[in-house]
Amino acid sequence: MHAQYEIQGGDFTKAGLASSEVKKMLKQLNLDPKIIKRIAVAMYEAEVNVVAHAYHGIMDIELNTEKIIIKVQDTGPGIADIDKAMEEGFSTASKEVREMGFGAGMGLPNIKKNADELILNSKINKGTEVKLVFYLNHQ
Amino acid sequence: MIISEVLKLIDGKIVAGEKYLSREVSKAFSSDLMSDVLTLDTDEILLITGLINVQTIRTAEMAEISCIAFVRNKKVTKEMVSLAEVNHMVLIECASSMFSVSGKLYQAGIQPVF
Repeated sequence: MHAQYEIQGGDFTKAGLASSEVKKMLKQLNLDPKIIKRIAVAMYEAEVNVVAHAYHGIMDIELNTEKIIIKVQDTGPGIADIDKAMEEGFSTASKEVREMGFGAGMGLPNIKKNADELILNSKINKGTEVKLVFYLNHQ
Repeated sequence: MIISEVLKLIDGKIVAGEKYLSREVSKAFSSDLMSDVLTLDTDEILLITGLINVQTIRTAEMAEISCIAFVRNKKVTKEMVSLAEVNHMVLIECASSMFSVSGKLYQAGIQPVF
């Protein structure tokens, strides 16, 4: 199963729309609610990151009986220091993002906590790619 | 405790999900920071917040939270109500502060998440 969603950078009115659609689809597949919550939270954090920091993004979902792979690719400023971005409390978010209840430097650490695998690649002034893997039969 | 009892205790007004007043709530979390809400492992809690925007509802949707009490006399927007209705959530508005609402519910037996 394969699906793809667009994410508009800077548009907080629609942030979470893609994650919401994917979550509904996962619920219909009767997956373990605990795994669905981990996927939903990590995917939403990744989507909010695109809205908060990038210009445009694509969320690509690939699902089979064993695992779900979520790739979030954006065009944007990229991440200057990935190690620093993974540190809890570090954020470059704007005042507007903070007013939305985010930008506390907790997104990437929370994605890492929820996903079984996280691969992050970024190029300055090009964009960022976040790949998340969740194993469906693994506790 | 059921949601209708929560409403009475905090003198709240229901603005979405009137048909779910008999739902049980046993734990609550108070925060204006949605990043913190997204780190919780507990589901089906009552979220007490003063943050008014659609992302509060989206965060609740992702975190499996189906009841939110908005404190400090904040008014929920139409967009928030629509999104809450699609997700079968209960939204409550309340004039008191976050500290006051949290204290009243704690005293009545609602447990903290941690």
